[in-house]
Amino acid sequence: MNTVNPAVASAPSERVSLLRVLGPVQIWALGVGIVLVGEFTGWNFSADKGGTLAALVVLWLVGLLYTCVAMIDSEVTSTVAAAGGQYAQAKHIVGPLMAFNVALYLVFAYTMLEVSDAILAGDLITQVATDSGATGITHNPFLVLCIVVLVWLNYRGVLMTLNVNFIITALAFLSIVVLFFSVQPWSQGTILKLGEMLTPSNALPYGWIGIVAGFQFGIWYYLGIEGTTQAAEEVRSPARSLPFGTMAGMMTLLVAAALTWYVCASLLPWQHLGITFFPLYDAAVVTGSGSLKFLLFWGTVLSAVASANGCINDAARAWFSLGRDRYLPTWFSAVHPKYRTPYRSIVFLMPIAVAFVFISDLNQAITFSILSGVLHYTFMSINIVMFRNKWPVGSIRRGYTHPFHPVPAFLLLALCVITIFAIFLGYGSQLVAMVAFYVIVSLWFHFYRYRFVGRAAQFTMPWPRPKGY
Amino acid sequence: MSTWALISYGCWAISGILVLWMLYDWIKTDTKYSEAQLTSSREGEIEAISEKHKL
Repeated sequence: MNTVNPAVASAPSERVSLLRVLGPVQIWALGVGIVLVGEFTGWNFSADKGGTLAALVVLWLVGLLYTCVAMIDSEVTSTVAAAGGQYAQAKHIVGPLMAFNVALYLVFAYTMLEVSDAILAGDLITQVATDSGATGITHNPFLVLCIVVLVWLNYRGVLMTLNVNFIITALAFLSIVVLFFSVQPWSQGTILKLGEMLTPSNALPYGWIGIVAGFQFGIWYYLGIEGTTQAAEEVRSPARSLPFGTMAGMMTLLVAAALTWYVCASLLPWQHLGITFFPLYDAAVVTGSGSLKFLLFWGTVLSAVASANGCINDAARAWFSLGRDRYLPTWFSAVHPKYRTPYRSIVFLMPIAVAFVFISDLNQAITFSILSGVLHYTFMSINIVMFRNKWPVGSIRRGYTHPFHPVPAFLLLALCVITIFAIFLGYGSQLVAMVAFYVIVSLWFHFYRYRFVGRAAQFTMPWPRPKGY
Repeated sequence: MSTWALISYGCWAISGILVLWMLYDWIKTDTKYSEAQLTSSREGEIEAISEKHKL
């Protein structure tokens, strides 16, 4: 089975491509970097929906959802190693219309998450200014600086971008670990008061439906880990590094989520935990330690910056891939000859993000990001079933084969349906508006844009004919 | 002018400089290289050429 795409084989030798320089460490930094901010803010709103125990239950159930996502993604991406990640997967496995939608899910999810991160970092810095007695200081210059510096970093090269992400993500993760050990977790009652904070009467204040309602914010524990696949075309050994970096990232996040819940649930009453924007920082304040307060403040800022950085990287790759396949004008598919980055896509998305940080608030940005993310995960459960049916194990080379198929696919689908229902309960009008948007752009793509797509050239993987075709 | 006001102006200035630098480099790059060369990247090139598909 030795097939080479003729269009690729006849390529000129002076092609300017993305640079293959990344390893598992940078993949870990990309995935965990995007997500870790969710431990510092976001997940705790599930306590408002269903109480502290509901936040723990969704931690495990949504953890199961994302473990399925990580396993499924690792298998498909170790085979479809291309920028665009799930977009390239959808293009080869399902079809162009699904691929177009998936790419838009990706761009929206990451851009709106980037906006949320910038707002969070900007608000924190502004709070420091206000606390120190400054008046008339707005968050606007800090928001813009955050986005522009990160766009510049992404413009200049992927290796430095993700090395920076590794350092700041590791520091943010370390701040959670330091907080955990500083509150003597082995000795309940000394500092931690889980028995007082979590009682049978307040564990599930709204009953079991509170757990379902908590799903939409439980997503924040892990939202974005699937972003590792966007780097597929820049990884030295995709078949090894992508599954390794993604699974290691998922394990890191499960540990971070468990530590975060345990410390916050033991220090903050659920009524406060459910409404604060900074649960870990507030937990540090409750300990009375100035050092922990300082550490968790900077942990929160660094996690927001790392997340925005990874989001810029991923949104640009998805946009770039759309241009390369003519789903959008090919102009977007330019690669910088010196820095080897998709520089036009990176810069093009910058003013859009800046516009959103000015016109939207944190809740709106987060909701649109989560909505796009969940639609994307729903696609993944269908995608893996089609992938295994068309190219069964043994028919093509896989870097990783996930176990217990099709159980993870069906589990993922069931959990996505529950999450969409939970979003409908909390943000029904936004959900309907977003689905209507995707229907309209799908019609535009089908009836207008698809005529410009090179229909044969977009299928680049040298695979055998799918089973049954 | 307070320190925080200076920091705010500094943020705007750094942002402006970086945006201008990116625009300058963008124009310089687009002028120096042909559009065909800049958009010559192809998906799956490595997979197809250097890692021929074998089981």
